[in-house]
Amino acid sequence: MKQSISLRRLQKTLASGSASRCARRVLGARSPRSYSTHPPNARLNIPVDYSTTPLLAHTSQTALGSSELPPEVRNSTTKRMNLFQAINDALSIALTGDENVLVFGEDVAFGGVFRCTMKLAENFGGDRVFNTPLTEQGIVGFGIGLAAEGMRPVAEIQFADYVYPAFDQLVNEAAKFRYRDGSCGRSAGGLTVRMPCGGVGHGALYHSQSPESLFTHIPGLRVIMPRSPLQAKGLLLSAIRSNDPCIFMEPKILYRAAVEQVPLGPYTLPLSKAEVLKQGQDLTIISYGQPLYICSSAIQKAEQDLGISIELIDLRTVYPWDKETVFKSVQKTGRCMVVHEAMVNAGIGAEVAAAIQEHPGTFIRLEAPVARVAGWSIPTPLLYEKFNFPDVARIYDNIKKLLDY
Amino acid sequence: MLRHSVSLEDTELQYFFKGISLEASTRAASSISQRPGSSHVSFPGAVKSAFTSDLKFALSANSPALPTYRVVDQDGNVVDQSFKPDLSDEEVVKLYKTMLTISIMDVIMFDAQRQGRLSFYMVSAGEEAISVGSASVLDKGDVVFCQYREQGVFAQRGFTLNDFMNQLFANKKDPGKGRNMPVHYGTTQIPHAAGAAYGLKMQRMNDPSLPPRVVVVYFGEGAASEGDFHAALNIAATRSCPVVFICRNNGYAISTPTLEQYRGDGIASRGIGYGIDTVRVDGNDIWAVREVTKKAREMALEDGGRPILIEAMSYRVSHHSTSDDSFAYRARVEVEDWKRRDNPIARLRKYMEAKGLWDESKEKEARESIRRDVLKAFSEAEREKKPPIRAMFEDVYEELTPDLKAQMGELRDHLEKYPEEYDLSEFEGGTSSLRQ
Repeated sequence: MKQSISLRRLQKTLASGSASRCARRVLGARSPRSYSTHPPNARLNIPVDYSTTPLLAHTSQTALGSSELPPEVRNSTTKRMNLFQAINDALSIALTGDENVLVFGEDVAFGGVFRCTMKLAENFGGDRVFNTPLTEQGIVGFGIGLAAEGMRPVAEIQFADYVYPAFDQLVNEAAKFRYRDGSCGRSAGGLTVRMPCGGVGHGALYHSQSPESLFTHIPGLRVIMPRSPLQAKGLLLSAIRSNDPCIFMEPKILYRAAVEQVPLGPYTLPLSKAEVLKQGQDLTIISYGQPLYICSSAIQKAEQDLGISIELIDLRTVYPWDKETVFKSVQKTGRCMVVHEAMVNAGIGAEVAAAIQEHPGTFIRLEAPVARVAGWSIPTPLLYEKFNFPDVARIYDNIKKLLDY
Repeated sequence: MLRHSVSLEDTELQYFFKGISLEASTRAASSISQRPGSSHVSFPGAVKSAFTSDLKFALSANSPALPTYRVVDQDGNVVDQSFKPDLSDEEVVKLYKTMLTISIMDVIMFDAQRQGRLSFYMVSAGEEAISVGSASVLDKGDVVFCQYREQGVFAQRGFTLNDFMNQLFANKKDPGKGRNMPVHYGTTQIPHAAGAAYGLKMQRMNDPSLPPRVVVVYFGEGAASEGDFHAALNIAATRSCPVVFICRNNGYAISTPTLEQYRGDGIASRGIGYGIDTVRVDGNDIWAVREVTKKAREMALEDGGRPILIEAMSYRVSHHSTSDDSFAYRARVEVEDWKRRDNPIARLRKYMEAKGLWDESKEKEARESIRRDVLKAFSEAEREKKPPIRAMFEDVYEELTPDLKAQMGELRDHLEKYPEEYDLSEFEGGTSSLRQ
């Protein structure tokens, strides 16, 4: 009853034109979001506090401190941005710097359903930033044709859950274009395909998926997932400039949640290079995207409770991935866990774990089996999301198991 | 499945709705609103539709089939009196020889496959006029996307017999480095053409000194059933891409006759549904194919660019490929009938003979010399070494990844350990190409 009143009021306010303010009041005041609450006695499963997490650069100094940034950027200034603003900034820089860059997809012209393409059509014109008909295979196929003619198309798939109609184009065309063309020299390397991915609390079956491992099985594609605004900007600019077709997956839960200082001006971050976020001696946790924040929370608790130190690695590019950094860490710690939202079966964890056991230098150092903490082998069901994706308690428990082994 | 309708945060919801209303308000500015007493619909989805009080379905069976344009009839007589030949006698003979070359190469390569000297082949018999004719009116800079039955396009655009043979035998001179099946000279896929055409349009917008160019894409009527066809035509229309879609409607997709492929008026009738100017042409008439392609190219470049659809009607007189025996699904007599009654090569020959450009002795001489040339290129290509084994790892990415370098080393160690298990001698450089 309560809900139906709210909905009616929502409709009314939408019709009256002052949608945003009133909608927030109605939804915010009357229907508290159950997915953002946590049990009162929870010690581990407390929602991530993005305003204090060590994974985000809360000050200009931290943001500019990265040795990966070029000197002129390190000496510049920063601006607070969330993830969608950082993506928008990167797209804007790409469009400014190269007239061959085009941005298109479903609903990108008015700014995109997640606001990533805000003002781009106004600033760069409808010929360079435009809506396409609602056809994923068309969007990617169109992008491949553009890339084959030397353009740098940045195509958007509205949700990673809807990339499957374009699968043939990505797998059989984009990924194999250069290989097939041989010394004729054409490729789809200029293509970047952006897509929001991952859980968001209530996305259920078709607004929660993380299909990255499907793409990692395809030689020819680079698969990238940033964890933060600063990283998203640098990695997206790298993807757009890369001469290999790139799948750029954006954890949509971070679009507004993750806010940090982002250097102004153009900069790139290296592809296929992992980042050690935190040094440790006793255990290595390997992850990418949003679960890194959960890992970080679990690490804080475990280190506090167990008096150990844990190394945290962000893969950043999940294929071709940075084996060297991972092997080096595991050789130091001897224990290892891979964490991701996507289903455990044939996921990134399977590939990373297999590579670790296969490598003589890491196999001999392993003191416990490689653990995989990931989504169960099910679709993501609406009501059960919090039991499906890795949370602090599951990671914490697996840390203990690995140490007790 | 509910598409794109679940909000993420309240704020997302607001923006989502706000976005739609923003768009609606932009549209309202261009005044699509229903005036009282209006005789036409002003719904945004179809603004020119008149109201009717007659309940009448548009019956597909009642709409007349689009006519098929021809210049020259089956006997080689010109039937379009407005037609003016734009080629010199020598150029006509050259076109004819190109078609003849393709058809002779087809027969020889088909047999070569039957003898096991080639893994696969696809002939283009009966469709030589579509490929050679259309390609003959394109500019050198125009971009072409092919399916696999367009040998004539390659021949017309400068592919030599040696180029064909190197690809077919996948030897070290094959620019595809022996990675693809025979007859896969170029790339497929219809939406690529729309994207490429948009790319050409943008490049010319950025640099007006560039010459105007179009993209031409070829595909069969079977491929037009794929979602890619729908996506490509729709996106080409909405983005005004200078692209010419050429559908080769030869009656069969492998064994599937057109009655099981579609129930509308061929492929041409669909073009109109996408808002694409369309023509149907007799694909056995090289003059007609040339005329429509020329005009289509012109139209595609008008007013900032637009797509054009050509449906070229023909009959696939050959088997689908060397892996197919088409008499399993169609009568031999039907095929023989088409071969005898009408084919593009015979029709142009009749035209040339009527003009005194050609005769039996010239035909005999041309056939013999083409046959000699094909066999020469054939044996040269067959003798050539295969590409270096390293080529199997290259071009997956722009540069070899650390993984691929490691796998290359692994394969080299393996081949050096078990050299008697593999035939390495035919590959340029043997295992040495696998060194870093």
